[in-house]
Amino acid sequence: MSTATTTPSAGVTSVGTAHRNWSTPMVLAVLALVALLGFAIGSPSATARFRISTDHDAIKVPDVMLGTTLVGWIGAILLLGLAAYSFRLTSRRATAPKWLVPAFAAIWVIAFLVWVIGSANNPNVYFSGLIAGSFTLAIPLIFGSLSGVLCERTGVINIAIEGQLLAGAFGAAVVGSITQSLLAGVLAAVVASMLVSAVLAVFSIKYMVNQIIVGVVLNVLVAGLTSFLFSTVMKADTALFNSPPSFHNIRIPGLADIPVFGPIFFDQTILGYGMYVAVFLVWFGLFKTRWGLRVRAVGEHPQAADTVGIRVKAIRFSNVLLAGVVAGLGGAFFTLVTSSSFSKEMTAGQGFIALAAMIFGRWNPIGAFFASLLFGFSLNLSFVLSILGTPVPNQFMQMLPYIVTIFAVAGLAGKSRPPASNGVAYVKE
Amino acid sequence: MKLELRGITKKFGSFTANDNIDVVVEDSQVHSLLGENGAGKSTLMNVLFGLYEATSGQVLIDDRPVSFNGPGDAMAAGIGMVHQHFMLVPVFTVAENVALGDEATKAAGILDLEATRRKIREISEQFGFHVDPDAIVEDLPVGVQQRVEIIKALVRDARILILDEPTAVLTPQETDELLSIIGQLRDNGTSVVFISHKLREVKAVSDVITVIRRGRVVGKAEPEASASELASLMVGREVNLALGKEDATPGEETFRVEHLNVVAPTGQVLLDDISFGVRQGEILAVAGVQGNGQTELTQAIMGLMDQATGRVMLEGENLLGRSVKSIINSGVGFVPEDRSTDGLVSTFTVAENLVLNQYDRAPYARGLNMRPAVINRNAEDKVEEYDIRTQSGQSNAGTLSGGNQQKVVMARELSRPLKLFIASQPTRGVDVGSVEFLHRRILAERDGGTPVLIVSTELDEVAELADRIAVLYKGSLVGIVPGDTPREVLGLMMAGSSAAEAGATPLPEATDQGSGAAAANPNQEEESGNE
Repeated sequence: MSTATTTPSAGVTSVGTAHRNWSTPMVLAVLALVALLGFAIGSPSATARFRISTDHDAIKVPDVMLGTTLVGWIGAILLLGLAAYSFRLTSRRATAPKWLVPAFAAIWVIAFLVWVIGSANNPNVYFSGLIAGSFTLAIPLIFGSLSGVLCERTGVINIAIEGQLLAGAFGAAVVGSITQSLLAGVLAAVVASMLVSAVLAVFSIKYMVNQIIVGVVLNVLVAGLTSFLFSTVMKADTALFNSPPSFHNIRIPGLADIPVFGPIFFDQTILGYGMYVAVFLVWFGLFKTRWGLRVRAVGEHPQAADTVGIRVKAIRFSNVLLAGVVAGLGGAFFTLVTSSSFSKEMTAGQGFIALAAMIFGRWNPIGAFFASLLFGFSLNLSFVLSILGTPVPNQFMQMLPYIVTIFAVAGLAGKSRPPASNGVAYVKE
Repeated sequence: MKLELRGITKKFGSFTANDNIDVVVEDSQVHSLLGENGAGKSTLMNVLFGLYEATSGQVLIDDRPVSFNGPGDAMAAGIGMVHQHFMLVPVFTVAENVALGDEATKAAGILDLEATRRKIREISEQFGFHVDPDAIVEDLPVGVQQRVEIIKALVRDARILILDEPTAVLTPQETDELLSIIGQLRDNGTSVVFISHKLREVKAVSDVITVIRRGRVVGKAEPEASASELASLMVGREVNLALGKEDATPGEETFRVEHLNVVAPTGQVLLDDISFGVRQGEILAVAGVQGNGQTELTQAIMGLMDQATGRVMLEGENLLGRSVKSIINSGVGFVPEDRSTDGLVSTFTVAENLVLNQYDRAPYARGLNMRPAVINRNAEDKVEEYDIRTQSGQSNAGTLSGGNQQKVVMARELSRPLKLFIASQPTRGVDVGSVEFLHRRILAERDGGTPVLIVSTELDEVAELADRIAVLYKGSLVGIVPGDTPREVLGLMMAGSSAAEAGATPLPEATDQGSGAAAANPNQEEESGNE
């Protein structure tokens, strides 16, 4: 009964100061010790070289050379200090300032990077490329997680992001290839992804089937269908069905030459620029407009929305479809930007990483954006490091995003609170 | 604004919830709908508010017939409703909640919350509400949340305000404040429909009272009518409201709760160092506004809370940490607060439900077999003894009315020798006639020498039954006071004042245990315990 669970919170929530939660300081302490033992004491005594500019860049920035021993020790001491500070705060029952965990994470990542690059056979890395590559890998994740945000803010769980991305990639490849038109390809991706959304919406909103099950089934269905069509139709005539055109980067002269930031913000495809616009629009829409207020109300307390005359199911339906549009753009990115043709199950679980990014980002578009970037970064790092030849096996690097997710979702970065009626079908009395 | 309901009938399948109801609410009038739970009051208001469609009948506003397709239409016509369970989004601010559905916007649908804040401040000042537009709703006390609901209606220019069981979640003080707010609203020209089953409040606030029973209007009354007159109208027969219980003759203290703490996984302290004892042949009633730890207290005693620490001693044995089954078998009878989910298995028959706590022991079982004949005979006996209205013991428990379901639970729990009897909300949603019967049963159990622990949010019930009263507030025991403590004093304690501040005479036991000091400074004891 919803009433039985909501009423006690009214009287009892404000008492919760006596209990101390030690999980954050403990985790920080363990990570700080890892830094001390690994990066400081276990320093390879080498110099890591971060190249910022290439030879043909207009603006040249000298390479950054960092001694692994120095950075390792400074990092370890700072991290231990932060962990101690966190212990102190918890024992005083004070809440940790918002910067604490992000600052800790940033220092840890820098110390780790310097150590891992310094330990590599070839201790030098093209830093701008590392970052730019992370963004490229993150773009479909960001579209995917925005799709998740749009769905789940209205209370419909979207496990089908993977299926939406895959359907989008397939649609873009086929239609783009037949028409040789980028616009038609993108539109087809959007339509294909919306079809997946429409099935999700009909079954979860109208027929009130368990939303997780519908989502999982959709993923399997899309994977099976596209694989079938790929091996029967596409392979028969690759030139006709699987040779879509590609988007080209649009360089903004001057600005694109800014080291590190230039390639990220001013040297992207239309889909890349569109991603920034989409993040802003979803954030602005959700938190600053009438539409957003209603969407969030429907996701939190649909009955309350209903009693003030808001049409709950209509909002849910339209939002799930809108989520399809956004995910479709992410799907198009696979076949129209990153690779030049469709291949079997090419999304390879990125829809699920996008789902994790949405949760890590606390159902907030901006949070989902940064979480996706983090995952994109760790994905790209694993590629780069495998080329450089590091002591950490590549497979462990590839686990990194998932390990980060588990810690994040387990509440390390504060309590993550989903919309209250997420996954609950609305039945009007 | 004048509101008239003419011949409203609402059927759900073959069940008639409202049968040809006529009600006229005049301009600037407080009109009470009095009736028991399930009499059809809320259904009627949901029809009026556009949430249900009437099977037949008409709604007229200022003598013009209107029809509503949804709550939006009703609000546009000037009807506002404060639901029994608040329709507020807990994570939104007051302003966001008030704006929702009727948002002030700038160009392109961008929210203009400043306009809403201004309106909230205006109304808040006019009625002395003291509501901060930027507070998050879930952080507000229930009484303030209710004011937010009222503001929500007033911002939409409601000329008729429907309040559905508004006092169920309020302390007596908050209730008095609400009643005075209703008076102010009426003086400002708003008509109010006040729905309740509480005679005292209805008498205090109404201009006109309409009594509803089983979906029909059974009479109109003036607020001057006596409580017993109203009660018999409500129930349909003579009701004896005074229980006339005799003083307890308490014996040995066989049940003690010592330093009971419950902390939720989220870190919320649900119960904070609770200590008390109950003697044989005595009723200790736990009073408090809903959601102040009562549920957790009974569940912790019954072994339903994993996070409980402390000691729960029954005849020298600690119950804490034992399984629910072993606690039941050690002679504890328990009536849970929500009979439909925790008290009964609604798809089982009445006969089966009557032996849920003893189905595997003699005489209801022999070895691995249950003995249906014995179980059915037991059902026949209990149905007669407790006057359970059911077609037979073989009917599913879910088909019974609330009061009869409660009798099934009570019959089951009282049907064996007990060492402790715990009843949570023993008469919630039970008709007035059955209340008396159930109360007498509880008294009989007490007089048989069982320690009895009653948890109730209804002060009337607490006053009726208690030999001593323990008051819970935000998970702490505020104090233990005598059973005849005036309700004003109890009201202050339910809002957190200590017994001394409220002017009660705390019983020696409560002070001996230092529970007041522990509640005031929970850290002190814990820290000294760590050293």
